[in-house]
Formats: sequence, structure tokens, C-alpha cells
Amino acid sequence: MKDLIEKLTEDFKISDVVYQRPDLAFVTVPKGVAISLVTELRDFEGFSHFVMMSCVDWIEEGKFQLLYLLHNPKTKTDVGVKTFIDRENAEMASAHHLWKQVWTYQRELKEAFGIDFPGSPRVDENFVVEGWTEMPHMRRDFNTKEYSQNTYFPRPGRETNDPAEYMRKKLYPNEPITAKKQDNDK
Amino acid sequence: MSEKDMNDKVNEMLQRSEANVKKAEKSFIHPEDEEREVVAPDGSIIKVNPIYDYFSGEKPKEEKPCSGIIEKFLNWARAESIWVLGFGTGCGSIEIPPLVTPRFDMFRFGVQMRPTPRQSNAFIISGYLSVKTLKRVIRTYEQMPSPKYILALGSCTINGGMYYDSYSTINRLDKYIPVDVYIAGCMPRPEALLAGFTKLKELIKEGKGEKANEYARNFDEYKANQKKIIKDWNMPDYNW
Repeated sequence: MKDLIEKLTEDFKISDVVYQRPDLAFVTVPKGVAISLVTELRDFEGFSHFVMMSCVDWIEEGKFQLLYLLHNPKTKTDVGVKTFIDRENAEMASAHHLWKQVWTYQRELKEAFGIDFPGSPRVDENFVVEGWTEMPHMRRDFNTKEYSQNTYFPRPGRETNDPAEYMRKKLYPNEPITAKKQDNDK
Repeated sequence: MSEKDMNDKVNEMLQRSEANVKKAEKSFIHPEDEEREVVAPDGSIIKVNPIYDYFSGEKPKEEKPCSGIIEKFLNWARAESIWVLGFGTGCGSIEIPPLVTPRFDMFRFGVQMRPTPRQSNAFIISGYLSVKTLKRVIRTYEQMPSPKYILALGSCTINGGMYYDSYSTINRLDKYIPVDVYIAGCMPRPEALLAGFTKLKELIKEGKGEKANEYARNFDEYKANQKKIIKDWNMPDYNW
């Protein structure tokens, strides 16, 4: 695994290598070479199985982080290729020509985060929610609670209790709260 | 499948994708439901608008109950044969199969499952209901012959339950379709479901199972609430 990544480091400007387990490593590459690295891994290094693709919203840095997780069935190893893209007008080169299941992942990311993958088949169709007109719902600045309260007629009278405090009151009503317990709560 | 076939399929899907983009700019209506011209058997060309032509555009009507002892007899008969539609909407649908087994045995209450809305008069909304499913629920509910009854299962249908802050699940079911019996719990056990059936039978025998009429009476209000959240409304207003 180490040899492989060291071999590819220069060509693909690999940074931030994390060796999670002997059979699992994550690498970060610039946006422009991510798809080339994935292609290289698939065609020449034996990572022929596409496990999944996902996205993390780094809202404080104004970035989305995309992850392509690949598996090598012969050596039983996995490599995760990570890349950062801008949050504003998020767009990424499509990988639909490498594996057909990428279509679905990209369609999901388009709906959930609003990341565009130009050229990916059926990328604009509905994936999970139908007729969604708001901001993409998995972005961290989308306030799901506020949206729910404004849209779905919340029933009045709903109470929320702190579970630890509520259980203590119910189970041990007479027991005084010790200083140690108060510290634990904090 | 050969490579050529695969490429053809890909091209076909690409074309469909482009067509879908164009369609999405217009409306949510499916291509088969769009207004178009067709050739009639006698050779003349006629315009069809499937959503309005193939379905009844009429609103549901209230049905007045019969008088006195006849209605009492009918209600007794209705209460003793509750036919439930086999439609699971959320995690609660897993509580329904045990009811059919000998341990709980819902048949002794005159309750049985049916595969189609045309043959059933009770609908169990089992658990959380997403907007996507609500659309199907409305369409199915309206196809059931009245009198029809709704059992709402689990806290999700009462006030949203643990999904009260979700963007995709509704909080109160009774804003969208009238509910006869609520069964509280997360999840309610099959015994609770049987208790719900017993309660429903009591209500029907007392002549209080008139929610289908309530739906017809407040049809516009229910429809406004439904259309508020179902943005891609591409079906008739009343699916009968």
C-alpha cells in the first residue's frame, strides 16, 4: 500500500496521506487530477471495484469534500481518494464513464448538496425527494427544523426533556445531587 | 449484453435525460399524462388531456346515513368486517405481519388484509410518512370505497415523533386526511393495534365512523393542505 501511494505521489500531487489500517488508506489530491487518479487506480493498479462516493460539507472553509472509495479485490485493499471543491457553484468532473453506478451517486449528490456533474446521465432527475424547490437539503446551512415548523403544522404541546435529568427525577426523586454528579453533568 | 447494446442503452438514457431536463422546465406532468392529439377509431383527430379526461373531475360527495335501525344494522355489519389495505408506509408496517399469525390472529376480529384499495375499507398509516409517500397515500385513500377508516399508527403520525424536525416527513396526519383512530407508541405492539381495531369497531357501531363524509365536506381545505407540501402535483384532484 505504501509503495503504491509513494509511486503515485509525484504524478498526482498527493497530499495528506492517512494510513487508517494496513488495508485502508486515504489520499487527498487537487480537484483537477482526482478523476485521473481514480482512472489510474482502476486501470493499472487493480482497484476495479467502486465501493461508494460521498460528500462532506466543510461550511466554515467554504468547501465540499468529495470521497471516492475504491477496492482492489485481488489484494483486498481499499483506497479513498479525497478532493476539495468550492461550495459556491459547486461543480465536479463526472466519473460516469468509469462505472455505471457512479450515475446514481452523482444524481444523489446533485439533489442533496447541489453539486453539478455536467454530462452525467440523468443527473437532473429526482432522486429521493420529489418536487423539491428549496436549497439542497443536506447542506449544513439548510435549517431542517425551521423548514419543518413552517411547513408541516407542528402540533402544540410537544415537550423536550434532558434525558439524564428526567431519568434521575423519575427513578431517584429523593436522592440529593452530589457535587460529583454536577461536575459530571457539565 | 454486448458492448454495442450497452452503448445504445447509454445513448437512449442520455437522450431521455435531456428530454427530462426540458420537461422539468415546463411542469411535473409525466409525458403519458400530457395534453395531446390522438387519432380516434373513426379516423378523426381528437384532443385528450388524460388527467381530466381519464379520471372523474368531480369532487367527492357526502353520503347521508340511512335512518334508524337500518343504519344500525349496516354499522354492525361494517364493524365486523374491516378489510385492511396491505400498504406499509413506515417502520410500523413490520408490526402488521405478526397480526396475521396465530399468536395475535386478527381474523377473529373480522379484520383481514386486501391487496387493492378497491376491496378495502381501512387504511393503516404505519409510522412516519414522507411527503413522497403521502402523495401515494392520498391517491390510494381516494380510490377506496366509502365508508372508509384510517388508523394512524405510532407517534410519528400524531406529532412527528422522533422525525418532528425532518424536512421530508409530515408532522400531523389529520391535516391531510381524516383520521379515525390514533394508536400511540413508538412502535405500538400488535396488541395495541388490536386495541385500536376494537376502538374503531366501537366507533363504527356508535355511528361515528363518518370520516369519509368529513373528507368530502372539507375537501377544499384538505386539498389546499396537501398541495401546500406536494409541490409536484401531477395527478387529478380527486382520484376516483
